[in-house]
Amino acid sequence: MTLTETARGPAPDAELERHFEATIARNDRIEPRDWMPEGYRKTLVRQIAQHAHSEIIGMQPEGNWITRAPSLRRKAILLAKVQDEAGHGLYLYSAAETLGVSRLELTELLLAGRQKYSSIFNYPTLSYADVGTIGWLVDGAAICNQVPLCRTSYGPYGRAMIRVCKEESFHQRQGYELLATMMRGTDEQRAMVQESVDRFWWPALMMFGPPDADSPNTAQSMAWGIKRNTNDELRQKFVDMSVPQAEALGVTFPDPELRWNEERGHHDFGQPDWEEFMEGVKGNGPCNAQRMAHRRRAHEDGAWVREAATAYAAKQRKATA
Amino acid sequence: MTDHVHTTDEDEHESAYSGLLVNDAHWAFGTDFEDPLAGVDTTIPEGVDAPALAAYALMLGDDALVMSHRISEWTSNAPDLEDDIALSNIALDLLGQARLLLARAAKADASVVPDLPEGSPAPPEDALAFFREAHDFRNVRFAELANGDFADATVRVLLFSIWRLATFERLRSSRDHVLAAVAAKGVKELAYHRDYAARWFVTLAQGTEESRRRLVAALDALWPLWPELFDTHAVEAAAAAAGVGVDPASVREAAEATLDQVLAAADVPRSEAPRRAGVLGRTGRDGMHGEPLSRMLAEMQSVARAHPRGQW
Repeated sequence: MTLTETARGPAPDAELERHFEATIARNDRIEPRDWMPEGYRKTLVRQIAQHAHSEIIGMQPEGNWITRAPSLRRKAILLAKVQDEAGHGLYLYSAAETLGVSRLELTELLLAGRQKYSSIFNYPTLSYADVGTIGWLVDGAAICNQVPLCRTSYGPYGRAMIRVCKEESFHQRQGYELLATMMRGTDEQRAMVQESVDRFWWPALMMFGPPDADSPNTAQSMAWGIKRNTNDELRQKFVDMSVPQAEALGVTFPDPELRWNEERGHHDFGQPDWEEFMEGVKGNGPCNAQRMAHRRRAHEDGAWVREAATAYAAKQRKATA
Repeated sequence: MTDHVHTTDEDEHESAYSGLLVNDAHWAFGTDFEDPLAGVDTTIPEGVDAPALAAYALMLGDDALVMSHRISEWTSNAPDLEDDIALSNIALDLLGQARLLLARAAKADASVVPDLPEGSPAPPEDALAFFREAHDFRNVRFAELANGDFADATVRVLLFSIWRLATFERLRSSRDHVLAAVAAKGVKELAYHRDYAARWFVTLAQGTEESRRRLVAALDALWPLWPELFDTHAVEAAAAAAGVGVDPASVREAAEATLDQVLAAADVPRSEAPRRAGVLGRTGRDGMHGEPLSRMLAEMQSVARAHPRGQW
């Protein structure tokens, strides 16, 4: 594949490196055929793959409620949403493929535990309100993380993100709308919404990653224009946006330190339990084993189908050759 | 105008997030309860018995609802992302058909809708889906069978969509405007479902030894319920006689011919598995189902039933 060779490029050459740096400095896009440093390529593959895997693993917690959605309309909305996530996975794997890795390779890295997905999906969904909370807070946090990526320096990733973000904003709205509807319902439903928000607030804050002081990759990723804001900046932005939404909804966040700071012009807030976060990252979160087993089973159960498709395609090629 | 809450953001990309508190009318699925039949002429055609029309619409609606549910169980479990998306799409199309058909049944004859506790905001199509017992469902038994492997999904979608497409092609000229409209839209959807399944049918038949073995096994497993799809129930006979419905027996020839084409392309013989008996002569259309349906409903109806006054 010539594309791969071009993407990997010849040995670093001062001229090529200067050209790359100049492109980044102009806030211009790097495209698949452009020369890029190996570290840049690797960082992108890691980040895009992690993002793609998150979309695919993220189908599970919400998919958990498709067969129990309490109205035909909600069932259609949820099915369509989970289907969109498969679609996002598809575009992101395609963006990663422009860097010379295949979807199958990346899937195998995920299944071998050598690539990660967002730890948020290692939390269980325990009530139908969680479908709404995931839309509102989890997709909301994802949007905060992803909107700046629409301007990321790697062209195929940035373009995929524009489309992903548009759909994510619909997802977030459906989540918020579900919660708002439930809040107009019975007392039990209001309690269900509050319980769900209590459970997901801290994990949502964890989605921005560890505090800047403990985030080893941030500086290089920002210098390369892959990442546009630090973890703490985005977390602050998310908290500031979420507070008025919670008020409009009529729910509270489970953080006694959460209050408006007039001087800073931002909300002060507490820190999530970073030890619990690290347990999730290490594979010991509440649903890590379940999520991986599900994905592995689906992948293995589908192996004979993919083999059949490959064999059939080969026979067709032979027949027409 | 209702009161609006606005959040603004200077960055155009961030408008994705900032629209959240804006009460506009551009939601993907609408913000409030919508009548799925809004704008459609729901008057009962002259000379048509409304309860008979409702009973017929319920049969077609239940087939779609139950089949949709089974297909939706594939979401996040398919062999590849493209198939996950395709199967979700099929489930969504059938769910859309179910919603319209159940709403049609309720509109034609409100007495089919189960009584809900006072103050329940559930629209009639939801009351039908979530608050009926298994013996009130009128779907064919074919639709309710528990899922198997991907060969099973392929054969299931193929047989179901061939049968339903043959039915809907005729239903387009129903004297009932709603059924005619549902059929006109459904024909396009079902043609896609059939083509998707037919492509996989041929691929699996001609792929590897294992895929062919699994495909033939799936065909044998589903074949015993294929003839039931063409039985004529009294409700269907009456609907056909009134010009609002289709007699299943009348589409058998067309459906078998289509199936034979696919079987020929795949070089797979027709199955010889015998027809499955009913219970005291009764089958799905009579409300006599297999064991999987009540389990499916226990799951499907659990949240709705726990909150009969809930707003969703």
